[in-house]
Parts: sequence; structure tokens; C-alpha cells
Amino acid sequence: MNFTLKVWRQKDATSKGHFQTLEAKDVSPDLSLLELLDELNEELVLKGEEPVAFDNDCREGICGTCALVVNGQPHGRDYGSTTCQLHMRMFKDGETITIEPFRSAAFPIIKDCVIDRTALEHVIQAGGYVSVNAGAAPDAATIPVPKEDSDRAFAAAACIGCGACVAACPNASAMLFTSAKITHLASLPQGKVEAKRRVRAMVKAMDEEGFGNCTNIRACEAACPKHISAEYIARMNRAFLCASVS
Amino acid sequence: MTLDSKIPGGPIEEKWTRYQRDLKLVNPANKRKFDVIVVGTGLGGASAAATLAELGYNVKVFCIQDSPRRAHSIAAQGGINAAKNYKNDGDSVWRLFKDTVKGGDFRAREANVFRLAENSNAIIDLCVAQGVPFGRDYGGQLDNRSFGGAQVSRTFYARGQTGQQLLLGAYQAMSRQIAAGRVKMFPRREMKDLVLVDGRARGIVVRNLLTGALERYAADAVVLATGGYGNVYYLSTNARGSNVSAAWAAYKKGAAFANPCFTQIHPTCIPRHGDLQAKLTLMSESLRNDGRIWVPRQKGDKRPAAQIPEADRYYYLEEKYPSFGNLVPRDVASRNAKEVCDAGMGVGSTGLAVYLDFAEAIGRLGREGVSAKYGNLFEMYQKITGENPYETPMRIFPAIHYTMGGLWVDYDLMSTIPGCFVLGEANFSDHGANRLGASALMQGLSDGYFIIPYTLGGYFAGNKLGKVSTDDPAFAAAEKACAARTEALLKVQGHRTANDFHRELGNLLWENVGMARNKAGLEKALKRIPEIRAEFHADVKVSGTASDFNQNLEAAERVADYLEFAELLTRDALHREESCGGHFREESQTAEGEAKRDDDRFCYVGAWSYQGEGVQPELLKEPLTFENVPLATRSYK
Ligand SMILES: Cc1cc2nc3c(=O)[nH]c(=O)nc-3n(C[C@H](O)[C@H](O)[C@H](O)COP(=O)(O)OP(=O)(O)OC[C@H]3O[C@@H](n4cnc5c(N)ncnc54)[C@H](O)[C@@H]3O)c2cc1C
Ligand code: SF4
Ligand code: FES
Repeated sequence: MNFTLKVWRQKDATSKGHFQTLEAKDVSPDLSLLELLDELNEELVLKGEEPVAFDNDCREGICGTCALVVNGQPHGRDYGSTTCQLHMRMFKDGETITIEPFRSAAFPIIKDCVIDRTALEHVIQAGGYVSVNAGAAPDAATIPVPKEDSDRAFAAAACIGCGACVAACPNASAMLFTSAKITHLASLPQGKVEAKRRVRAMVKAMDEEGFGNCTNIRACEAACPKHISAEYIARMNRAFLCASVS
Repeated sequence: MTLDSKIPGGPIEEKWTRYQRDLKLVNPANKRKFDVIVVGTGLGGASAAATLAELGYNVKVFCIQDSPRRAHSIAAQGGINAAKNYKNDGDSVWRLFKDTVKGGDFRAREANVFRLAENSNAIIDLCVAQGVPFGRDYGGQLDNRSFGGAQVSRTFYARGQTGQQLLLGAYQAMSRQIAAGRVKMFPRREMKDLVLVDGRARGIVVRNLLTGALERYAADAVVLATGGYGNVYYLSTNARGSNVSAAWAAYKKGAAFANPCFTQIHPTCIPRHGDLQAKLTLMSESLRNDGRIWVPRQKGDKRPAAQIPEADRYYYLEEKYPSFGNLVPRDVASRNAKEVCDAGMGVGSTGLAVYLDFAEAIGRLGREGVSAKYGNLFEMYQKITGENPYETPMRIFPAIHYTMGGLWVDYDLMSTIPGCFVLGEANFSDHGANRLGASALMQGLSDGYFIIPYTLGGYFAGNKLGKVSTDDPAFAAAEKACAARTEALLKVQGHRTANDFHRELGNLLWENVGMARNKAGLEKALKRIPEIRAEFHADVKVSGTASDFNQNLEAAERVADYLEFAELLTRDALHREESCGGHFREESQTAEGEAKRDDDRFCYVGAWSYQGEGVQPELLKEPLTFENVPLATRSYK
């Protein structure tokens, strides 16, 4: 297969960026998109040019490191995939593919396609945990948890913290990410105790980090590689209201 | 140098309790006067950082990724073991202990393994309290499955994301301490050197990956939890950034490196598609519970699987090992796959794959039944290969997955450098020559939550440590050496990329120091590695500068370390003239082709001590004794 890649290049946070066009010839359909970028980077290095900077690590859709907008969509158009799970067979032969970083005011660009997602860390630090010290836990079997609750907790906990939801949202809202953590912990008896304090603190942190508000567009849900449901946002809003009045 | 494992006396079940009882303590008010550096935020590092901060120490934490939550532990799928015996199927701390010693083929320390088994239950308690969403049954109780050939159901799991959920638990606990100001987090930092003052580990030099600048950090102790070195083989199931560099830096500063040749191959990975492949993907071993493994009986039979009649299919595991069949241990399954492929019976475009066929299971359980058990794995397989495993058999091949070897540590988890502790996959671990499934997560968390908090306190209470600042000349010297190495690499401007050298090294190791090793192959590798290394330093091309965000340089420096480390790994494999666990020497096998240990000559931990560049490292031996689990041979026939 053959492709034309238009890749975002930007020297550093303050420089102006531009698209660079790279041609990829005789590409195996079994290659992943990131493997293709690896290969193009090898060629750039040998030509004495700077390779394209992009973040990645696990290459199997679980670490949340990779963060590219592919053909205008965070993580590309394949629903339920991260960037690293895109394979060339999903594209049309001869297609022009644009590749750029997640774009959001809350995620400054570091270089080329690498972004800074520290803002999401601060949201978790504000309260995305259960306050228990090592050594202080009762036997795990003490409190049964209805399967339904534990399944919901798991589904919400599946968020990999990639930030695609923020990048997809016209308001740069981090509601999906935040509500996923809140739902995860509030669904379990161990996490319920601090639920009110948690939702207040995390929502506050979200606002302070400059993430926008939710206007129910649901672009986050469509971009999320882990099927995190926008229904959690409604849950979070309810919990927040409850916590604010009480 | 001699190795003192510092194993406490007394009966095995009392050792750890007695040790804790006799430990000197640090006064709570004094704890905040101690600075601790933790490198790595996987299960080992994150759990240690959180717990040490809870105790009141000042903790500085470093990791390569942009967020500590992305450490490679995130990728573990299967589960974590604990001896809870919630299933009432006869499990106990003793049984988990024995299984682990035997599974490790008698090359681990009994006392450490027992402590690990003891801690296993407290880990589950803590993780549940943190909100880790383990799988539960309809009664709301924690569910378990049996994993990796264990006869009891002791594996706790969170669907196929156990590592992610456990890591998030530890990450969240650490985030709480960051908010409390007791942990200071330094992401996008790569440790480049360990700094010793008066013979003790007192700090590190790191590269700030955002700016390229070298930075110095001083502390009273350094805890390394930097993961395994599987990527020395180039292709492995490890994340791209996993590396040996931090451990290697410690080795060169005097920390002995134990059993580097103990590497584990996982039998059920998705085969490589070609030379440009960047990494291999593991599929849970549980697939072998229902899938049947076969290859065409006829060499070079290129017919599609569906057109090969039963009579022409070779179910080699079922035929050779009638009682265990497709469920033989990882190493046996892996070696047999390589054997049939080497004999020309492999399938797929590269001939380096065998079939894992679910047709029979689909007949028995129905498509829905199979989907309920393995749906997510089937989906993952289809995403990567474009093939539908409900219709055509999966293709699988073994890949490097885990490394049992690592920095030698004593019972305190301290390396041979005083004040340098090593946790998780980075230490030589409690798994001996072979790790059982679901035991790495257990070990990382045991080290971090329940061992280091005690033993580090003992170190602080028992030693008078003066204050050290980053102005100490030792820091300047380490920093200068790091800068010089980088400069030298950037200056070469040769014709080949670092990645290209890495691939060559990986192929060489896979062929000669992989699943089955022999003297001739090992000697060949031992000769070739220094040549590749010399070519690398003469002909590598690294782009950009040292004072920038430069991923190409990061990767090249890791490859430079692999090129040195690979030699030690090979040397260790050559010296160990026995087969044990993941280390299979063709010269040492039974008439049936099974691994044959040589307890008379090799019942020890082999730890290598650095003697300087170009000088042969010294081999230190820690003899192993087995008082509670009698030395026995495994048999899967
Ligand atoms: C695909 C896969 C599946 C697995 N499944 C299971 C399973 O089901 N059950 C099980 O028990 N085990 C499993 N394992 C093994 C297990 O996941 C690992 O052994 C374990 O998670 C390692 O944890 P760790 O804390 O030692 O290191 P890691 O999680 O590898 O973390 C290493 C940390 O060190 C940091 N680091 C490394 N080098 C440097 C440096 N130079 N400077 C600064 N920071 C550095 C990294 O940034 C990272 O934060 C699996 C492994 C793989 C590859
Ligand atoms: S909610 Fe989905 S898109 Fe947002 S960070 Fe989590 S996994 Fe990524
Ligand atoms: S690289 Fe880990 S999710 Fe893509």
C-alpha cells in the first residue's frame, strides 16, 4: 500500500507549527500506524533530519501514552481503539493521512506530536483515591460488593487517562475522565465514605486546570478508546449537586 | 566481595515475624528528616513511594513516562496470586510457597519466597480497600481463577486488566501523598547514574527528558524499581520504554547482577508479521485451557488450516505430553513450538507460528460460550492480525515476556551497594529460574507495600548517615561522565540507526540465547556482541542535540546499555551448564528431552560483580539450601 502522511511538526511549545508531508511506499497492511511512523523516522534520521516526536509505550492500547489525532479524530476513526492499535489495513490505499497531537488549551504541545497532560494528574491528586494506608485494611472478604456495583466500578475504572475525551470536546472538558474516576470509586463501599468530598475536590480541580464545561455534545464518548459512558457525567453532576447542598 | 543474604534464623514460618519484631525503628518525628529516592512507578515503585510517604519519609519519585500511571505494570492482564483459600480448595501460605519454589525450579531463596506467600493475603486486603475492582461472583464475593497450571484457584483478577487496576490503586495512593506534599513526582526523567558517597548510595543523576538537562538529586537511600530487561531481545511483550539502563548503571557502580540468564518466554503471543514490527503482544495463557495447538504434519504444507484434514494435523503437545497436553508449563510449550517451526512445520507467512485452534471448543461450548470466556482476547487478536479466530485458528508464537534475573538483593531487598534497594522485576526476585503466572504482580506489591517500609527503616535506624548535598564532587563526576557518553554518541554521525543495531542484537540473542541454548551458540554470541557494540560506537547515527527533547537519543542510550548487558546475560548462560526453569541448555536434558538440573554443581544464585571496562566480571555464588521443600525434579509427562 502507499500513503501520503501529513505530520504536525513544531519545534517547541512556543514555536509555530506546520504540517510536513512524508511519502510512504510499499507499506505492509499488517503494519501499525506507529510502526509506519517508526520507519519514516528511521529514514529521517539517516537523512540527517529530525524524526517526528510522538509519545507511545505499551503499543497495545492500555497505557494511555499514545495521543495522536488521526484524520481529524483523536485516536482515529476506529471506535474503541487507541492510536497504537490502528493498523494500515484500516486505511485506503493511496490515502492521505493527517497526524497531529491532541489539541486542547489544557494540553500544551511540547514538541511535534507530544503534549503535556499534567493537568489530568492534578485532577486525580485532588481526590481520586481512597484514603487508606498500607497495613490498615480489613480482610478483603469482610464487605461483599454486589456484582452489579463492582462491574460498574470496573467499567468506569477502565479509563486509561489518555485525554482523548478532552481533545475531542469543543469545550475541552475533562468531564468524562473525571466522572469515570468518581463513578469507579463511588460505586464501591470502600470509596463511598469520601464520595462527597471527592466530587467537590475533583470538580474544583478540573475547573482550576482550565478544562471547560460539558454541553452534552458527547464527542468525548465517541473518541474514548475504552467505551467510557457519558452517563457517568450525569451521575457526577448529580453527585456534585448533592455534595454542594449538603 | 562476598554475598551475605542476611536471612534471619528460626523456622521458616517465623523468620519474617521475628525479623520485624527485632527491627530497630525510626522515631516517627525523625522520619521526615530522611529523604528517599524511588526510581520507577510500576507496582514496585508506586507502592513503595506511597507507603514510605504514609510513614512520613520525604519521597522523590522518578519515571520515564509523562505520568506515573503509565508504567509498564499497566499491561499485565491475567491476575495476581494470593493464598486466601476463599475457594476452600486446600490453598495455604505453605502451598503457595511450595508451588513458587518448585515452579522456580529450586533456584530461589526459601526464606524470601515464604515471606512473599505470607504477604500475598495482605496485598489483596489493601487493594480491595483502595477500591481495586476485582472480579466478583453473584454473591458479591471475590472471584478466583486457576492460572498457569496451579492446582488451586488462587488468582484474583480484574477482567483482562489486573495490572492496570492494581497500578491505578498504587498510583492513586501515591497521588494522595503528592497532594499531601510528602511525595514529589518527577515524570519524564530518566535515571542515568547512581551516585555513591563513602560507599553508600546517596543520589542519582537523571536526564530531564523535556529539556535534555542533567539534574542531580541527593537522598539518604535510593530505591530502584525500574522493571525488567526483556527488551534486550528487541522484540518482547514489554513496553517500548522498558530498559536495563538504571540497573546497569547500578551494576557498574558495584551492585552485583544475579542470574541474568533466567529469562522467561511466553508461549501465547501474536506472531511477528515482519521486520518492521516494534513489539509483540501477549495473549493470556488462559487461551490454552480451550484451544488446541497444532501444526501440519507435512513440512511446508501451505494449505489453509481449514483444508488440512485431521489426519494431517500434528497436535504435538497432546501427543508428547498426554497427561498435561496443551497445558504444559510455559517453557515446555514454548520450546516445542520453536522445535516444530525449526523443523519446517511452522505456519503463516513467516513460518514462525503454530495454530491455536478453537474449533473443538466452539463445537463444545458454542460460539457464545467461547466468546464469554475469551471474547476480549479474540477481539484483540482480530484487531492486530485482521483475522477472525472464530473462523480460522489463531496463530501464536513464543516471545520474551519476563526476566527473573536482576540486581542481587539481600533479605532487606538491599543490593550489594549499601543504601541502594531494588524492588519488583528489577531485582533477581523470588521466582528462581522461572516465574509462575500471576506472581510478578504479587511480588512487586509485596516488595513495595510490605517489605521496604520495614527494611528501609531498619537501615536508617542502624546506620549513621551524614548529610550529603548535590554539591558533593561525586555528583559532579557522575554528571560529567553522563554528559561525555551522550556527547560521544552524538558525535559519531555514522550510517545506521540505533534501532537497527538493537534489532541485530535482538536477533542474535533470540537465536543463540533464547529458548534453547548450547555452548557453540553461546560462544558465537559472546564473540559477536562486542563486535556489534564496536560497530555501534563507530557507525551509529543519532539525530538532534543533547539539550532538547530527543527521543532518538533516549533510545540510542538504552541500546548502548543493552549492547553491554547482553554480554553479561550470555556469559551467565554459558557458565550455567544445566537446564533449569527458563534456562534450557541443550547439553543438559533427559532422554525425553526434558530439562535436567544439576544440583551438585549449580544449586546457587550466580551474581556478577563489575570489575571495570574490558575486565571479566567476577562471579559470586550464593549457595541455596532447601530445608522445607525437598529438591525434586518436575515432570509433566
Ligand atoms: C504483557 C504482560 C503481561 C503480564 N501479565 C502479568 C500477570 O498477569 N500477572 C503477573 O503477576 N505478572 C504479569 N506480568 C509481569 C508484570 O507485569 C511485571 O513483572 C511487573 O509489572 C513489573 O513491575 P515493576 O514495578 O517491577 O516495573 P515496571 O512496571 O516495568 O515499571 C518500571 C518503572 O521504572 C521506570 N524506569 C525504568 N527505567 C528508568 C530509568 N532509567 N529512569 C527512571 N525511571 C525508569 C519506568 O518509567 C516505570 O515507571 C506481565 C508482563 C507483561 C509484559
Ligand atoms: S475517559 Fe476515555 S478518552 Fe477520556 S481519558 Fe479516559 S480513556 Fe481516555
Ligand atoms: S502506546 Fe499504550 S495505549 Fe497506545
